[in-house]
Amino acid sequence: MVHVTRGFTGRHPATDDRLPPGQYLTDDFPVLSAGPTPAIRRDEWTFSIRDGDQALRSWTWDEFTALPAEDITVDIHCVTRWSRLDTAWRGVAIDDLLADVDTAAEYVLARSYGGYTTNLPLEDLLDGKAWIAYEHDGDDLPAEHGGPARLLVPHLYLWKSAKWIKSLDLVDDDDPGFWESLGYHDYGDPWREQRYQGD
Amino acid sequence: MRRWQSATVTGSRAETATAHTLSLRVDEWNGHLPGQHVDVRLTAPDGYQAVRSYSLAAPADDGVIEITVQRLPGGEVSEFLTDIAMIGDELEVRGPLGNWFVWDQEDPSPVLLVAGGSGVVPLMSMIRARHQADIQTPFHLIHSVRTPQDRIYGDELTRLAAQAGGPSVTWLYTRTAPPSETRPPGRLRQNDLDDGSSWTSGATPTCFICGPTGFVEDAANHLLAAGHHADRIRTERFGGR
Repeated sequence: MVHVTRGFTGRHPATDDRLPPGQYLTDDFPVLSAGPTPAIRRDEWTFSIRDGDQALRSWTWDEFTALPAEDITVDIHCVTRWSRLDTAWRGVAIDDLLADVDTAAEYVLARSYGGYTTNLPLEDLLDGKAWIAYEHDGDDLPAEHGGPARLLVPHLYLWKSAKWIKSLDLVDDDDPGFWESLGYHDYGDPWREQRYQGD
Repeated sequence: MRRWQSATVTGSRAETATAHTLSLRVDEWNGHLPGQHVDVRLTAPDGYQAVRSYSLAAPADDGVIEITVQRLPGGEVSEFLTDIAMIGDELEVRGPLGNWFVWDQEDPSPVLLVAGGSGVVPLMSMIRARHQADIQTPFHLIHSVRTPQDRIYGDELTRLAAQAGGPSVTWLYTRTAPPSETRPPGRLRQNDLDDGSSWTSGATPTCFICGPTGFVEDAANHLLAAGHHADRIRTERFGGR
């Protein structure tokens, strides 16, 4: 049912067929985080792939940034309704990080410095769909945007692209992460407007 | 989880030159937690829709909710809500939303509220909920504003702060301070947040910070430097339109 609001005409801002429903384009890069921005020193930073309590692979900052990296240009979509097109990143494909890992796990719990978590199907991180990114627009990734490094899963709402990434835990069950346990959607597909549980 | 509902504007009042409070009657509203927000949807005659999130400003009153909207230059939704919407108009809302930036009334911990500009709105919801429920939990609000005229809810906060058991309220001015103010105008500084120990009676406060991104980053870093723990600091930042 169309429910017209008296007096509202709208500005019909610039749109694009790459803009998912309910989103608007912005040139800003707003910051949304649940708490203070963690200060993480690169000489103390590690990133690991874990299976239960066991680290299957682990990298220091120097080891990680020596891995083959890709330049990535993607659109990003925040559940708070802003989208940015053609954002530039540099990072390592999850495919490469998991290349030698043999697992039957179907899900991943991404864990961050500062305690943030988010849950994703493993297949959504594979086949060139996700990265650990440490540069944005040619510069080091700023702390408020997730630096030293963040997960980048651009085909899902941006809360899935965990800032300050610390590990990817391979898990059997799709247990909810931080926002997911507070009412946000478990999967978060912007094209199906999966903002909240039940959408 | 939540469906869109029709909401009727039942009240409209200016808080400052740029902030406006709207009262909205919603058919099915089962209450909300202080700090939660709603999505507001407007529809143009050609079907074009725009949706933005607004913090709820007060506990619900018999199915009537309140939002306070800061008019943003070029903000297609905020300019409609502050300048065009009238009593009797209908729009749509979905909510309540957000279960993180909320105050738990059962938690006896003292509460430190730090607001930049219209970031005071969800914090006012907490202050009003505390007042309505007659809860004695120590509350301290620090509100950074440009000038005395930008004090959203200024009269009500002054009145509440003067009552026995009321919250303590401090305004910080970034551009122009009233003549009685000894602090020179300026952005939030470390020592603006250092003097909170007297009101907590030793207990560890829960901190809520809301405002523009740069303000929230500064405030959170100042609180960490003052010894507050990261897991006791909850933030809500607004950016974009």
